[in-house]
Amino acid sequence: MSRRRIIPGFGLSLGYTITYLSVIILIPLLALFLKASKVGWDDWVKILTSRQLVAAAKLSFGASALAALLSSFLGLLIAWVLVRYRFPGRRLFDAVVDLPFALPTAVAGITLTQIYNYKGWIGQYIAQAAGWLKTHHDPGGWLGDRLGEWAEKGAAYSSLGVFIALLFIGLPFVVRTLQPVMEELPKDIEEAAACLGAKRWTIFRRVIFPAILPALITGFTLAFARAVGEYGSVIFISGNLPLKTEILPSLIIAQLEQFKYETAAVIAAAMLIVSFALLFLINLLQRRLNWRTR
Amino acid sequence: MSSPRNVTTESLGVKILLIGSACAVLILFLVLPLIAVFTEAFRQGAKVFMDALTEPAAMSAIKLTLITAAITVPLNTVFGLAAAWLVTKFRFRGRSLLLSLIDLPFAVSPVIAGLVWMLVVGSKGWLGPWLSDHNLQIAFDTPGIVIATIFVTFPFVARELIPLMETQGTDEEEAAVTLGARGWQVFLHVTLPNIKWGLLYGVLLCNARAMGEFGAVSVISGHIRGKTNTLPLQVEVLYNEYQSSAAFACASLLALLALLTLGLKTLIERIAGHTGAKGH
Repeated sequence: MSRRRIIPGFGLSLGYTITYLSVIILIPLLALFLKASKVGWDDWVKILTSRQLVAAAKLSFGASALAALLSSFLGLLIAWVLVRYRFPGRRLFDAVVDLPFALPTAVAGITLTQIYNYKGWIGQYIAQAAGWLKTHHDPGGWLGDRLGEWAEKGAAYSSLGVFIALLFIGLPFVVRTLQPVMEELPKDIEEAAACLGAKRWTIFRRVIFPAILPALITGFTLAFARAVGEYGSVIFISGNLPLKTEILPSLIIAQLEQFKYETAAVIAAAMLIVSFALLFLINLLQRRLNWRTR
Repeated sequence: MSSPRNVTTESLGVKILLIGSACAVLILFLVLPLIAVFTEAFRQGAKVFMDALTEPAAMSAIKLTLITAAITVPLNTVFGLAAAWLVTKFRFRGRSLLLSLIDLPFAVSPVIAGLVWMLVVGSKGWLGPWLSDHNLQIAFDTPGIVIATIFVTFPFVARELIPLMETQGTDEEEAAVTLGARGWQVFLHVTLPNIKWGLLYGVLLCNARAMGEFGAVSVISGHIRGKTNTLPLQVEVLYNEYQSSAAFACASLLALLALLTLGLKTLIERIAGHTGAKGH
């Protein structure tokens, strides 16, 4: 680097940033991977293929993906309404979107449990609806079993409860990622499309949607990444039943309570590796998408 | 108005349908839980509510929560300023790697954040033997809670400042240096006034998360009642002991904190015209 730096403070800020980052984040993460690497390959396989872990991983990744997907859809609706329309109370609704960021997760957890259990404000209707469907149109199989479960317990203490909590946590990520992009969307392409005779729905599908898709994917990714690691808002509503409603983070806690640090480290390391790999893949997909629409 | 039909918006019916469903989702999903916290807190009357907040365990939980935030927030603010200064005022090799590393804690589960620090300072951790030789307690005590909270809230201030300082560029700072200003003078008189609202915004989000953090603190605190329980942990303990009203009384304090955060955030946005920031 030949050009002399005019602005002072490069050395100081570089040294401070790297030191603080290393001490707080990097060295402890290294401790985790070292701990996990001391466990032999056979034990890794044994831990990662245990029934309890496979069930928890399916629930954690599955519910997170579904919740992030529905968050994307609802987030798009909310962002659209907040950006494009003017109506009374708009600013208030806009402020409310951030609530899941600001509300401590444990508070969200116990409150959602209270609302969605079979006696709760919303849970009682879910239980009734599930009961009615079960008696009149029992689809049988997995869904039939679930309907029976919801009819009895409402949405709490079931995988549906996990899904609802993750939806709550994920929604603002999508809205807040989409909003700035939608605000900057130029009106003239839409006008041009309309002049060429395109219907409103066609304009949305062919003009607007492709422009906001990268932001939508970013929002999905943020919601998904947060959901996979989420603990506080999930454990109360899930009820933590092994093999049924136990998520990966609570499985890690269960290992720690039995002082099985190695097992906990292996699960955590595997979780981080899978999360990073997924984030990397989504990032790659997005780059290709950006490149194509450019 | 008799202007020609606007081709870039929807018909009134569609508009009403969309606005209605978006507001319904927000009310059912986000506003209802907020109302439920306060309803549950006062279910058994104001006396139970007040007793729950003034009992010694709750008081010490409130105190510990405040201490944790009072240490965590300034430390992460200084880091956020240093990191943002570094990556926005200079171009150097490894800069984009550094940017990803700053975001790293967002991709790590809070439970794992607590776990990695247990592996360093726990009794069986790297520093465990040395710490116990010197009679130092970090895990299952306040220092551990503070460190885990620092990990989880690490990127908040930096994340707010970096995009803001990036758009402001370096022209003003360069001009100040050319006119003979010293490093600290440049920062205090040129940079800081430009970023004060963004900084405040980041501090606000960092504080909300620091006071409300649950997973990481849950792992490292050891749940010692009246000693290492923060307010969110106290909520959990009470809830699991079926003292629902007391749990919601403590929860309502945290909900008030959330409301205060949202109110201040909206105020800052209105004053500074700062919009569209991504919170976490």
